[in-house]
Amino acid sequence: MIGMEPSSSSPEWKPTVSQEEQWILERQVFHIYQLFCNIPPKSQAVMLELQRDNHIEYLMKGLRHLGPSFSVLDANRPWICYWILHSIALLGESVDDALEHNAIHFISRCQDQHGGYGGGPGQMPHLATTYAAVNSLITLGGHRSLGSINRVKIYSFLRRMKHTSGGFSMHDGGEVDVRACYTAISVACALNILDEDLVQGVGDYILSCQTYEGGIAGEPGSEAHGGYTFCGLATMILVNEVNRLDLASLTDWLVFRQGVEGGFQGRTNKLVDGCYSFWQGGAAVLIQRLHAAAGEGHSSVRSNESFTSSEFSDDEELLEGTSSGMAEISPDVEEDAGRDSGIDHANSSSIPFNLTQRHIEAEPIFQSHALQQYILLCSQVEGGFRDKPGKNRDHYHTCYCLSGLAAAQYSWSKDADSPPLPRSVLGPYSNLLEPINPLCNIVLKQYNEARQFFSKPL
Amino acid sequence: MDSDEDDRIPLSQRPEWSDVTPVPQDDGPNPVVPISYSKEFAETMGYVRAVYLADERSHRALQLTAEAIHFNAGNYTVWQFRRLILEALNADLHDELEFVEHLASKNSKNYQLWHHRRWVAEKLGTEAAGRELEFTKKIFVNDAKNYHAWSHRQWVLQTLGGWEDELAYCDELLEDDIFNNSAWNQRYFVITRHPGLGGIEATRDSEVSYAVKAILTKPENESSWRYLRGLYKNSMPSFVMDRRVSTVCLTVLTTKANCVFALSLLLDLLSNGFEPNQELKNAVEALLPESRDQDSDMAVTICSVLEIVDPMRVNYWRWRKKSLHSEVEEGVRNLRVH
Repeated sequence: MIGMEPSSSSPEWKPTVSQEEQWILERQVFHIYQLFCNIPPKSQAVMLELQRDNHIEYLMKGLRHLGPSFSVLDANRPWICYWILHSIALLGESVDDALEHNAIHFISRCQDQHGGYGGGPGQMPHLATTYAAVNSLITLGGHRSLGSINRVKIYSFLRRMKHTSGGFSMHDGGEVDVRACYTAISVACALNILDEDLVQGVGDYILSCQTYEGGIAGEPGSEAHGGYTFCGLATMILVNEVNRLDLASLTDWLVFRQGVEGGFQGRTNKLVDGCYSFWQGGAAVLIQRLHAAAGEGHSSVRSNESFTSSEFSDDEELLEGTSSGMAEISPDVEEDAGRDSGIDHANSSSIPFNLTQRHIEAEPIFQSHALQQYILLCSQVEGGFRDKPGKNRDHYHTCYCLSGLAAAQYSWSKDADSPPLPRSVLGPYSNLLEPINPLCNIVLKQYNEARQFFSKPL
Repeated sequence: MDSDEDDRIPLSQRPEWSDVTPVPQDDGPNPVVPISYSKEFAETMGYVRAVYLADERSHRALQLTAEAIHFNAGNYTVWQFRRLILEALNADLHDELEFVEHLASKNSKNYQLWHHRRWVAEKLGTEAAGRELEFTKKIFVNDAKNYHAWSHRQWVLQTLGGWEDELAYCDELLEDDIFNNSAWNQRYFVITRHPGLGGIEATRDSEVSYAVKAILTKPENESSWRYLRGLYKNSMPSFVMDRRVSTVCLTVLTTKANCVFALSLLLDLLSNGFEPNQELKNAVEALLPESRDQDSDMAVTICSVLEIVDPMRVNYWRWRKKSLHSEVEEGVRNLRVH
């Protein structure tokens, strides 16, 4: 390593904890990549193949039975549902009617009588488990599933969780952080129950969580972190205040989170981890879409539109200045504070920018193939995915590695209506996953069905 | 606690619980993601549900929540109920600090544990500051980047005080591991929020020196570069005018030949209206392969170099190159405004 010249007055050089850990991981990862490079192309193709059958088997098993070691997730069962159901949906599969029926019923039993979902039957409602439950039900889709969601009660739960800081508490008497903001706002948007009372102050709170590094922290003052950056960015987009963030420094921080391994790290000088494939990779996709929507910096960002299928954002709606449920009651984009770059804001609502750019593909700002390589060669195991070599697989990593893989595969597309070109997909084209709505991390088809189902306001 | 498992007396056999009927979990007929709880776990939760539903805020209920938490420290409902019981009993919260401490080593990344700790500390008030800071320090011995511990430490400083030795503590951590980004973040936290330091304007000068020294020690350390840039977050004019910034870039470029961070920082300077001297121009041009055309605009040249030396971010540098025009316009406009 350059820069380690020892001098006569300095003690013998020794690596720091950060350096040591990084080198150990690099050795493991490059060993895998070396192996990959030295085998014949046919074997390489096999290594890059998404082991669909193995993953489905692992996922279905989890849905049906979990061992005693899962007791520590006893307050997170809607999460386990979501991690599994979303993964199955990404793989283009679905569960059989019986299982679907059981899932809907079980999740419904996690509902609190006053609204919101808890970690299991009889547990207090919690924003994260509410997010997971709602996302699970939307992923299952269909009238029975969507109809089981009590929007009125959920709305009242979200209102109760609203905090004076503008953020949200995770549960009654619970912690306030950027995750809570995201889970609340994402649920509200997916169910079309977002309103001024929920939105008020959220932008201020998240803004106060953007750090000097450019990324977003969990609470004001804490370190910039991938998970919270995704949550903060997605929330700001959902409430139409994303331009209040310093997007330039956020982008800069974000792209530097991709390591030599190809995967993403959660924080500066920490190790890459498969789950950040989504938190960071997904955030990068969001940023890209914002750039695309803004064109060469000459139109203001009507952010929500470029993330959903054009099916629901036709010219008429845009010209009238109204949009589909999601952006409807959000503050006007023109009101964003401070960043005047000489842009004409006046007629932004009448520019159908996403339509004109629909079929133009653009390079992703991160290395999509490198990320896919890390996911497929380092995180993928025979049935499920893991953080990194040496760690065990789990449903959480399976969900977020797959979500990140999907985001990476579609990262060249301006929107998900046009199927990705073969070059976008590392490995066989059959590796292609279902497209997602990267804001809520729900498979697009199911998300759109829910939007239609919940199109009537409360 | 492993040895205790063998000594554990089932609740059904404890006389003090003989009046309570445990409430079974109501998962319904064919639940998904069913967990095969151990007998002990299931029994404990059955009794917890009973006292929770009866809202019994007693000593035995308190003890029971402790047992439940040991089985699953992630059960936020039980933690919340425990807080209600502690309040009802007006319990000695110093004991509660002990309780959390015993759990901490095996549950150091558990949200509920840290939230509970914060709740207890808040109730105890400023007298708890010292102990809380010590507690987080102990965690940092094993994991100097524990996110929850850092958030807790920041909360303690802001709410209970104890700022005096914080910057020195950051020094210590950075001496141990200059790549510890959490420690760098903490530095920023201190210089911006320590009530007695005068804010970032007052501390910037010495912090720039500190950052520059760190950069020269380990130019490949992203943390120090980002910190340096962060010191000028809302003061672009000072950023452009501080010679030390361009100097450290030049030094690293000439001695290390390739430093992505130095080039990136230089790019930021240029985007904000910085005018490079000949020495800098030469250093950058030396990095470009002869076959390539120099651009009269040094920022463009830098982007071209970065596209080559930082291939992971090639698309980002290409995008930066394309955006340069509006970037510089805005940067220069900001300069004029000031």
